[in-house]
Order: sequence, then structure tokens, then C-alpha cells
Amino acid sequence: MATRIDIATAAPAALSNEEVLRYSRHLIMPEVGMDGQLKLKRAKVLCIGTGGLGAPLGLYLAAAGVGRIGLVDFDKVDLTNLQRQILFSTTDVGRPKIEAAAARLRGLNPDIQIEPHETRLTSENALDLFRDYDIIVDGTDNFPTRYLVNDACILLGKPNVYGSIFRFEGQVSIFGYSGGPCYRCLYPEPPPPGLVPSCAEGGVLGVLPGIVGALQAAEAIKLILGKGESLVGRLLLFDALAMRFRELKLRKNPECPVCGNHPTVTKLIDYAEFCGIRGEETPAPQTSVPEITPRELKDRLDRGDDLFILDVREPHEYQICNLGGHLIPLGDLPKRVSELDSSREIIAHCRSGKRSAEATQFLQKAGFRKVLNLKGGILAWSDDVDPAVPKY
Amino acid sequence: MSVKVIIPTPLRGYAGKQESVDVQASTVGEALNSLTTRYQDLKKHLYADDGRLRSFVNVYVNDEDIRYLQKDQTQLKEGDTVSIVPSIAGGAAASNQE
Repeated sequence: MATRIDIATAAPAALSNEEVLRYSRHLIMPEVGMDGQLKLKRAKVLCIGTGGLGAPLGLYLAAAGVGRIGLVDFDKVDLTNLQRQILFSTTDVGRPKIEAAAARLRGLNPDIQIEPHETRLTSENALDLFRDYDIIVDGTDNFPTRYLVNDACILLGKPNVYGSIFRFEGQVSIFGYSGGPCYRCLYPEPPPPGLVPSCAEGGVLGVLPGIVGALQAAEAIKLILGKGESLVGRLLLFDALAMRFRELKLRKNPECPVCGNHPTVTKLIDYAEFCGIRGEETPAPQTSVPEITPRELKDRLDRGDDLFILDVREPHEYQICNLGGHLIPLGDLPKRVSELDSSREIIAHCRSGKRSAEATQFLQKAGFRKVLNLKGGILAWSDDVDPAVPKY
Repeated sequence: MSVKVIIPTPLRGYAGKQESVDVQASTVGEALNSLTTRYQDLKKHLYADDGRLRSFVNVYVNDEDIRYLQKDQTQLKEGDTVSIVPSIAGGAAASNQE
């Protein structure tokens, strides 16, 4: 495990006159100064993900003059990213994120090296990718990659500057540094896929990753400078709604399978399997529910068939778009089932068809004979029947 | 003893959408039991089928992890804060997968 970062021992570098001017607000403060700025210039930081967290991270690290910034991403910019991913502009939609991010950061600071790695981080490539960097910053969006980043950092002895967000709440810490705990000390196992909050509770306040990513950038810069008190051994919790920071103590778990006294994980494993996920798209286990396609539904409505449309989404989703159905959120269905007439044919729908499949299954068990799930949900309705219905 | 249990964002939907819930309890186990009796949907999110706290959910009394205190036997004092802190993974994309 790393106990300090060897930036000071790397080959010395000097600042050009233009760099002196660019970094003057750093140079005149004693906590950075010329020594600190040269450390920043020699530092190599790898950012995993160029999305919500990666954006402020990349921007502030580049602005601060971190000499080599690696970026790992494989995604393309889409319109829904722009609500929070401030590295990208509207004209970047459709462009590989890594390309747009590298161009933006090079534009911000041409004196540093940006190293784009357009790839999905895997157990096969993680160690090779990480080896060349001093600090790894985790800005990913899923459990398998978080455990992969953690384990690779521990195996290589690299500090992992961790940040994670959900809706309006964030977590920040530093793992695997200076004898401190790792992510697995905090959470030995990920949640099973079925228990993570679904789309109904999803979403994120756009400014939240900006705050959490900037906190990660501050921690990375402090590690490089060797100044201040780092978040090693502390978990910082941020609630943007309450506008409150809280701090919890993190302890190293002597039984930790990766960084404990008798590690059992000594190489990278299959993290999809570890997290109970096989493949990208987990097939819905209940594909056996009776379905109707959007086209068939449209034809039947046009014929004047007596159909009862049941919308099992949340009220705020109904406001975005709806098919005029009767709204009972999935979670309320058991206690509001009496609102439904089992003699009528019921078409259940949600956004993509997953929650309504659960609703269909529930209603079948409750004795409803004539229930169909709208295949692909309101998204498919927008694609196949009525493009005027917005997708979200 | 009156203690405050702080409910994290991902679990608020199962706890009457509240940020925190005040309960009467003298141990952490009692506090969580009182909470899950009031909000039964919360139970399966906190406990595995074998009755143990799930490994992606941590519980703190003030700023200390109960795994390093006396676990659910940890004693509570008047005014203590019990925090439930589950793992969250978001960062690059919205957790908008159904």
C-alpha cells in the first residue's frame, strides 16, 4: 500500500514564464508555491469516467496544472448527459466522450499532457492502465467497476480518490492510502441487482456531481502537494437538499479480503459475477408475463376495444408524459388494488416495461385474468406509435 | 431513550419519504427494530433473509461504525444519532436503468 506519493523524487521540471503567469495564484500561496506547482506538473492522475464526476475533476486537475491526466471512457455524449456533464457542449452530442473531453481539457491547458484511453475498464486492462499513474480517481457509475478500481488500486498500491452520488446525496473518501481502509473495508459486498433503487428512484441533481467531483479534485491535489488533512479514514457525506456535510470514521477491516491481514483476493476477479450481474442488460426474470406491443395496443384502441390503461410509474413521471392511463405507482399497487376492475382488460405500462411486468405478475397472482404488459413501455410507444410523446 | 435515525436518500421511499425518524431505543438493534416495525418495507433492504444486516448497508452511532462497537448490541444515549449508510454507485451516468 502506498504511504506517500513519490512525485517529489521524479525528474525535476521547470515552469516557463507563461506557466508562472498561468499558475501565479498558486505560486503566491505558501501551501503550493513553486515546489508544489512543480509537483503538480510531474504528477500523473488517471480519471476513470469522464461523466458527471469526471467533468469537474478533469477541468480542475487540468486547470491546476497536473502534468499528465489520463481519461478512461468508452461512451458517447448524449443529450441527457448535458444536464450535469459540463465538459461537453450541445455540439458534442454523438461524439465519443473521450474525444470531446480531451479536446476541452487541451483547450483549457495546452501545457499538460492529456492521455485518452477509449476503452471499457476491465480486469484484463486495469493493472496495465493504472501502473503508469500516481493517483486513480474513481468517477464511475456502477458497482462492478468500483470494486475493480478498488482492487486494482490495492494490488498496485495506488491511492483511490473515491466519489459517488445518488439523487442529491454524495460520498467522498480516499481508499488504499497510507495504511487506511479500502472500499471493501467499508462495503464488503455490493447490493444484489434487484435491491438497488430502480429508475423510479433514480436520477441525480445536476449540480451534485459538480460538487462531489470538485471535492475529489481537491483531495487529489492535496495528495500531490502532500498538504493538509486528507480524507483517508473518513467518509464525507454530502446532502445537497439539507445542504449539510457529515463525516463518519472509516476503519481498516483486518479481515478485508483485499487489504486485510490475510488477503484472499490477490488478483483481479470477474466483477460482473461478483456483483451478480451477467452481461450488460440483465434479462428480466419474469419475461413470461403476457405482453402487448405498442402497435397492437394502438390498433385495439383505434378499434374501440374496452381497455383499462394502468400506469405504474411515479407521479412526477406522469407529469413528463402519459398515455392518459390510471396512475397507481408500483409500490402502492398492493394497497390500491381495489381501484381496479378485474372484469375489464387491463394494460399495465411504465417507462420501459420492467416495473409494469412486475405489476402484471402481481395482478395475476391477485386473481386478475386479463392483464397485459405494454412491451417496451412508454419509450416503445414513443418509438413505434407516437413520437410526440417525449422520451426521458 | 430518544434517538434520531437518519434515513439515506435511496431508502427514504421505504420510510415514508422522511429524512430522519425519531425512535425510542436503548440499543442499535432496538432502534432498527422499532424503525422496521413502523416501516416494514424497509426491512428487506436492511436485513438479509438470515436476519443479518446486509453487507452493503453500514450503521453508525454518531460517527462510529457499529461493526467496531458492539454491533446491534451497541448502547445508545439520549440524543444519539444512528445513521444508515448504504453503498451508492452513481457518478458518470444517471442510475436510470429499469
